[in-house]
Amino acid sequence: MNDALVIAGKNYHSRLLVGTGKYKDFTETRAAIDASGAQIVTVAIRRTNIGQVANEPSLLDYLPPEEFTYLPNTAGCYSADDAVRTLRLARELLDGHNLVKLEVLGDPKTLYPNVIETLSAAKTLVKEGFDVMVYTSDDPIIAKQLEDIGCCAVMPLASLIGSGMGILNPWNLQIIIENAKIPVLVDAGVGCAADAAIAMELGCQGVLMNTAIAAAQNPVLMAGAMKKAVEAGRESYLAGRMAKKLYSASPSSPTTGMISGSN
Amino acid sequence: MHLIINGKDKHFDCEAFTVSALVSAMDLVGKRIAIERNGEIVPRSQFENVMLNDGDQLEIVGAVGGG
Repeated sequence: MNDALVIAGKNYHSRLLVGTGKYKDFTETRAAIDASGAQIVTVAIRRTNIGQVANEPSLLDYLPPEEFTYLPNTAGCYSADDAVRTLRLARELLDGHNLVKLEVLGDPKTLYPNVIETLSAAKTLVKEGFDVMVYTSDDPIIAKQLEDIGCCAVMPLASLIGSGMGILNPWNLQIIIENAKIPVLVDAGVGCAADAAIAMELGCQGVLMNTAIAAAQNPVLMAGAMKKAVEAGRESYLAGRMAKKLYSASPSSPTTGMISGSN
Repeated sequence: MHLIINGKDKHFDCEAFTVSALVSAMDLVGKRIAIERNGEIVPRSQFENVMLNDGDQLEIVGAVGGG
């Protein structure tokens, strides 16, 4: 089945996007990402450790940019200015690569997004030619405004970053999906494979996660579970579920030919 | 010359040098980095040409694991 995820005009066969943080080491990072089947991986932009050992391995050695689509993020930014500066640096760092993940946070305790700053940063970035995948709250109005600004994907939270609480408001997600003409991906809050499957069954185009895999007891096994869950959820969505009924007068087995029957 | 690199004061025993010379001095040749100088990106293609001034604020960044 040819069912590609299309983001900013590019096709991806995997609908699972994964973060690269919180792993034990780069070997585990690579193994988990391989098991997840993800093609798009998020990275953070941080000050280089000046005076570090010259041959110290870097993330890029384990995840070569030729093999993966990098999605630089603005994690840790609390203002539109910081987010825009970070992504300009990311574009330079990645040789003019325009696909970015914008997130502007409002509060270090909850990591809840600041949608006012997010809207402002999105406007600037779109104007500067970035393809902006934007992390936001599950507010359908804000999601629509981010689409209208020209973002290439809108990524509402399932629940708070790193919480693993799953999808707290499927109804809002459903409204966002129904309104959107760009891909909607759930980003943040997924805790287990069932959560990822539910997101896909709601009609999300993809799921982005980091902690759910990295903080599992066995991250590589969980990465494989997430891959299957996203695929299963997608197929379940496309297949179209049966209608829910309180009870059914129509059993799955024939009602005739019973051994004690008269017919 | 004094520069503020990634928020830290750094002293260099020379009067003038380019971004390229700084990258060498800091052992960052061949590393995938991006540099911002006083709030403006310095494109890699300009490292050889851009002269640094006393008091310049530089941010030197790379990609790290993140979600």
